Amino acid sequence: MNLLGKLSWDAIPHDPIVLVTLAIVAIGGAALFVFMTLAKKWGWLWREWLTSVDHKRLGIMYIILALVMLVRGFADAIMMRTQLAVATNGSEGYLPPDHYDQIFTAHGVIMIIFMAMPFMIGLMNIIVPLQIGARDVAFPFLNNLSFWLAVSGALLVNISLGLGEFAMTGWVAYPPLSGLEFSPGTGVDYYIWALQISGIGTTLTGVNFLVTVLKMRAPGMKLMDMPIFTWTCTWANVLIVASFPILTAALAMLTLDRYLDFHFFTNDLGGNSMMYINLFWAWGHPEVYILVLPAFGMFSEIVSTFSGKRLFGHKSMIYASGAISILGFIVWLHHFFTMGASANVNAFFGIMTMIIAIPTGVKLFNWLFTMYKGRIRMTVPMYWVMGFMITFSIGGMTGVLLAIPGADYVLHNSLFLIAHFHNTIIGGAVFGYLAGFAFWFPKAMGFHLDPKLGKVSFWCWFIGFFLAFMPLYVLGFLGMTRRLNHTDNADWNIWLYIAAVGAFVIAIGIGAFVLQLFLGFKNKDKNLDKTGDPWNGHTLEWSLASPPQFYNFAKIPHVEDLDAFTDMKEKGTAYTRHASYEPIHMPSNTNAGPIMGLLATAMGFALIWHIWWLAGASFIGLIVAFICRAYASNTDYYVQPDEVARIENEHLDNVAKG
Amino acid sequence: MLTRNLSKVALAALVALLAGCQGGVLDPKGQIGVMEKELIITATILMLLVVVPVILMTLYFAWKYREGRGEAYEPKWSHSTKIETVVWVIPIIIIAILGVITYKSTHALNPYKPIESEEEPITVEVVSLNWKWLFIYPDLGIATVNELAFPANVPVNFKITSAGTMNSFFIPQLGSQIYSMAGMETKLHLIADEPGTFKGISANYSGHGFTGMKFEAIATPTREDFQEWVEGVKASGETLSTERYEELVEPTEYHPVEYFASVKDGLYFDIIWEYMGDMGRIDFYGKPEYGAQLPEGVILPQREQKSTTHEAEEASH
Repeated sequence: MNLLGKLSWDAIPHDPIVLVTLAIVAIGGAALFVFMTLAKKWGWLWREWLTSVDHKRLGIMYIILALVMLVRGFADAIMMRTQLAVATNGSEGYLPPDHYDQIFTAHGVIMIIFMAMPFMIGLMNIIVPLQIGARDVAFPFLNNLSFWLAVSGALLVNISLGLGEFAMTGWVAYPPLSGLEFSPGTGVDYYIWALQISGIGTTLTGVNFLVTVLKMRAPGMKLMDMPIFTWTCTWANVLIVASFPILTAALAMLTLDRYLDFHFFTNDLGGNSMMYINLFWAWGHPEVYILVLPAFGMFSEIVSTFSGKRLFGHKSMIYASGAISILGFIVWLHHFFTMGASANVNAFFGIMTMIIAIPTGVKLFNWLFTMYKGRIRMTVPMYWVMGFMITFSIGGMTGVLLAIPGADYVLHNSLFLIAHFHNTIIGGAVFGYLAGFAFWFPKAMGFHLDPKLGKVSFWCWFIGFFLAFMPLYVLGFLGMTRRLNHTDNADWNIWLYIAAVGAFVIAIGIGAFVLQLFLGFKNKDKNLDKTGDPWNGHTLEWSLASPPQFYNFAKIPHVEDLDAFTDMKEKGTAYTRHASYEPIHMPSNTNAGPIMGLLATAMGFALIWHIWWLAGASFIGLIVAFICRAYASNTDYYVQPDEVARIENEHLDNVAKG
Repeated sequence: MLTRNLSKVALAALVALLAGCQGGVLDPKGQIGVMEKELIITATILMLLVVVPVILMTLYFAWKYREGRGEAYEPKWSHSTKIETVVWVIPIIIIAILGVITYKSTHALNPYKPIESEEEPITVEVVSLNWKWLFIYPDLGIATVNELAFPANVPVNFKITSAGTMNSFFIPQLGSQIYSMAGMETKLHLIADEPGTFKGISANYSGHGFTGMKFEAIATPTREDFQEWVEGVKASGETLSTERYEELVEPTEYHPVEYFASVKDGLYFDIIWEYMGDMGRIDFYGKPEYGAQLPEGVILPQREQKSTTHEAEEASH
């Protein structure tokens, strides 16, 4: 028996692009390692961050993960766009299909699962408990474990860069292409285990946050009184809990096909790939609403805050989000109208899809009427909102067009489709996260970022987006299908060039964003947010210090209005100095999360490479670690009243000075 | 900023329409494609009725109510039954209209629906292979690889399957596409309104050689021209036997055009049958309407008798 399974020296790719990337990663990693060691920061990192169960710190770590993966996924995007810009008129370009096919698969998986999801979950982590007046989530350890499972999946995707290959199937990994017969390599196995492990983490997050909003709201806050961002996150969590298990099951069946000669989705022995395609989208379609609903919530908070007004139609927004969530579950078939279903089936799913445009349209109007008779401050988050409303309207329109089966028969799988979903995911979700990032950054980190660079970043993203994706709509109409490695149609060239330019303009936007962060940290002492309420906010998170006290609320607030903090400010109860405090019960940090994450990575890696002993050992390790954690007794502690008083007084002094 | 954004959007829309003049789906050469183009344009105009005002209102409100302009300010105003009714009703109306259009057009454009015509249709059996297209003309007894021909103004009935990965059979200028899947048959009905040579592609990624999986679809001016093309195919003298097919199944890229003067009887059926599995065969060919398609000598597997435990259960009741 081979101790290393299928792993051998051949697993290291010989592609110069990959080798250079690996070298840069190795140098960067080594530099970071040396820096951390010299600064003696390892212990601090482990105790304060990696093992933390504080939802705010986990949120920050999620966002760091998202930003790192954004850079990785964007590097893939730039490579694809340059490949297609040079590989015209029959020229082969610089990326052979074997490499190119991995890149577009990795780009999709990374951007959705390891960029957008952690970004959304990160912001949700930081803000939701604060908005409902809770001290943490319902299950703080589980929250930490979810994070490490997400990291574990991300690690596996990145390991595939240097060992073996990634899937060459497209991010949907449809069988039979993703079956053993047509994809015998380790690529699809990397895909399966990366998604499987992180997906389980996501399901746990969904459960955790649902319990949190149901059980841990501050007294006085009825469900319908929850701030809109919390509400949209709640709908997203309902979708997570309902849809991620479908992904888990579909991937499990694909795993059985590939590892144990089952035939769920194979061509032969009665397998049927249509089943996978249905299951994949039964998860995949709700997934896009999981991404975009919280972004809608962020826009709502931002529009309302910077218009200096209550959100127009709060209830209507909640119902609209709920309608989107429920309808989002009965439209999956629109991803494959061309599979040959009957006209009635296609018409049903097409019309159901269009109906989603109604609540979405209502949301747009509600944001408009929030601005109406407001007093609008054009801050960086507000720029993103405006950019979103313009971009997303177009994306919504092309979405409805694709929902008409008759139109989809010619636009399906074309670059029109690519343009459409980037239009909604970038213009909707990513613009939302970047808006939320700019909005809540001072809250989470305690200092402001340079708004000028923020605006530069916005304009580059906005203009870059239109340059990069409007040409794809045209190319779709011109009959260009997706996932082509090179082209030989002279009419397409100009549009491919413009799209490549657009990608580079977005790159400048990302550069400005990174520079903004770098300068922000460098000059942070000059830009501190002392009051905790830099934007004149409406909801409870702004009633705390920036960054919030680690226990969040010294006394759990009593909520009497939809805009709870505005209400407190108006009543003059916002910054009350209390004479005495109760001890605060807090969860202790735990090393079980990172250890289990590491073991999950090892298990995934071992299963990918058929290193059975390691797979068994790490699985047993996972169980043992879990049991140890389940029986651990030192899982909580009390913050003493004098410490609470000290921290609270310090904050109130700062507010008084501010 | 405002005008720049707007003009950008307008430009993109305009350009997209103009682009239709260059051989894509907005430059259809067949009845199905023409209907689909009209559908796209109608739907787009309907939606622009909402989208344009939303974009304009966004820009206008942002300008009108920005800080420092001294416009009316009502921080607590957050509900108006009138406005809420209007904002729900407008999208509902637009979507209701679109819904009716969708229902009708989906039935009219159903790829399985034969095209009404006085001309006798031509049947082509299409098989997607890695990475090439095999076209079998069952009524003519010929086959080709990566080249398809049919007379203009004659409906073509495509019966489509795959011998491996899933692909999508698509001739953009003629209209609809449909997946090809192993062990199954999908159907597509197209017609060319004028002669010409159109690009045919796979519109569903199927692996390494996918990019080169292209074919030419030739609509000949008359049936006589088509007959000439058929003679040309027959002149090749090649036979697509089971053995020759096995060779063809091996993955190739940029496969050259091939002609076969004769084809093994029932080859297309064999390809579907191979992947169907017993249950699939029973379920599909067990139906009277499909059972007739079974070639002579092919025997449908029998459903297994219910197991004895079931009988035992019944006995115990």
